[in-house]
Amino acid sequence: MSGAATPLLLGASEFFPRGVLPYLLGGVLIGVGTAAIYLGTGIHAGASTFLESTLSYVSDVPRFRRYTGSRRWRLLFTAGIVSGAAVYALLTQSAPWTTDVQWWRLLGGGLLVGVGTRLGKGCTSGHGICGVGSLSETSLANVATFLAVAIGTAQLVAALGVSP
Amino acid sequence: MGDDGRGPAFGAVVYLGGLVFGVGLAVSGMAKPEVVLDFLQLEDLGLLFVMGGAAAVAGTAVFLATRSGRRAPLTGRAYGRRLKSMDRNVLLGGAVFGVGWGISGICPGAAYASVGIGNLPVLWAVAGMFLGAYAQGYVRSRLAGA
Repeated sequence: MSGAATPLLLGASEFFPRGVLPYLLGGVLIGVGTAAIYLGTGIHAGASTFLESTLSYVSDVPRFRRYTGSRRWRLLFTAGIVSGAAVYALLTQSAPWTTDVQWWRLLGGGLLVGVGTRLGKGCTSGHGICGVGSLSETSLANVATFLAVAIGTAQLVAALGVSP
Repeated sequence: MGDDGRGPAFGAVVYLGGLVFGVGLAVSGMAKPEVVLDFLQLEDLGLLFVMGGAAAVAGTAVFLATRSGRRAPLTGRAYGRRLKSMDRNVLLGGAVFGVGWGISGICPGAAYASVGIGNLPVLWAVAGMFLGAYAQGYVRSRLAGA
């Protein structure tokens, strides 16, 4: 390879070592799933309210009662997500894929995700897709905040030598 | 079952929409914490195309639907934008979520999809998310009642 295109390609592969196409295709599919539910029902489906709505089955905490009217479809939406990913895995994976990220990172990080997404009124799907797609200033502010903080946190974790 | 009294077509659309959503999360790599952490460490910026692609498609649907003057066929709901009120909790919650995402590489939808691709260790994160959601619900209910 030679000529003017070389630096551009080198630059591209440096920032996109896995390429761009699977990311773009995945993103479009996520958007199509969101849009199908929205066009059919008028509902902006976010993934994190499922946590509180499902807790309403087992907890009397008043906060969770507000979601009793939506908890069944949220359960169905989440079942769809799990089965969609399972279909993909069955078609493309020869064995189950498991993460090497340590259990305490998953548990501790998950705990903060549970607090933060509910306190902040949404997550990467509610704010990041539906909210940003709606050009909501609240969602744009939330996404800018969590992206900046997450990048800083991940850099810090890596700098402390925690891997994987 | 699963239709909140709105009929089987409502349940089918929610389930199938979720299914496509889940395939997308798996195809994009977001169901793998390693891929997300590579993005957050700025070693693979591909995730920008996941969020951008998803928001562009969803945004187009919102733009067209809100201008159509119609209502959603399965619920009769008016099409609207997703607008949440701005307050301190939006930024505080976003920051707490950011720390959690940066530590674990896991966000709610991606965690459910990760279960689907057979990643059983992610159940630690799912348990953590439920614990966190419960803790904030408990504290906020106590504060509201006080």
